[in-house]
Amino acid sequence: MTCTEFLAILDDVIDESIAVETRAEIEVHLRKCGHCEVVLDTTRKTIEIFRCHEIYELPTEVSERLHTAIMTKCKKAR
Amino acid sequence: MATIQPISEEHPDVALVERVRAGDLSAYDTLVRKYERQLFRIAQHITQNREDAEDVMQDAFLKAYEKLDQFQGNSKFYTWLVRIAVNESLMRLRKRRTGKLVSMDEDVPTEEGSVPRDFADWAPNPEQNYNQSELAEILKKTIQGLPPGFRTVFVLRDVDQLSTEETAEALGLSVPAVKSRLLRARLQLRERLSRYFKHKTPATSQAVAAPQGNGAEA
Repeated sequence: MTCTEFLAILDDVIDESIAVETRAEIEVHLRKCGHCEVVLDTTRKTIEIFRCHEIYELPTEVSERLHTAIMTKCKKAR
Repeated sequence: MATIQPISEEHPDVALVERVRAGDLSAYDTLVRKYERQLFRIAQHITQNREDAEDVMQDAFLKAYEKLDQFQGNSKFYTWLVRIAVNESLMRLRKRRTGKLVSMDEDVPTEEGSVPRDFADWAPNPEQNYNQSELAEILKKTIQGLPPGFRTVFVLRDVDQLSTEETAEALGLSVPAVKSRLLRARLQLRERLSRYFKHKTPATSQAVAAPQGNGAEA
């Protein structure tokens, strides 16, 4: 497996949707290629960081105000 | 080839939607509470404007309520809701840009991201080198730099954890288009975050926090 081939299936590797027979090839490639190993690890980490940290917080008071507004409009729309 | 039929487990939203259809507004209240933060987040990612995101969230929930009869039930309620919110967000953007067409389908040619260039390993738990607000700024700046179609695909797939098919449905994109945007979004975000999170050599490191272990091996 080349780096280009690995990169083409990077998303499938991350999403764990790789055929069993390809997994061994990937492991062999990653053992030889530090660059691809770093790309895989840091891409996984990228996803994890964005998943764990809310960028756009909705403060409770804003959420309550919007919630009330939505439900009032829905009541009227009945 | 025989296909394996999934055991049909009814999504909890199905019962709530049925109750709303039968006139129970409190069931809709539950659905709004369940998804308001996610919808706000998506609207904010697309419009990049807090006021617009608040308006989009309200309009999308109202529209979904009014059009609930059109919800077929062959997709998840949330996917259907996101599609409404995405369309509302795009309409807002169009208004702001005085009629200029904005679409999720614009395939923006980008020079960066398709091929990784930064191969430096990251510090262990690199986000701990920044306080909450610094980190939020870094993440915001990083994701805002992506084209809208890329960042929305990333948020739906990787933050909201919708499937590729659901993301395609919510955005009105094809599955291959979602896949190609997701790969490029992930790689571009990784490349950009590397600037902040990679191992720093003592000579260049900025005094942000106590240095973490430096096992440079790349």
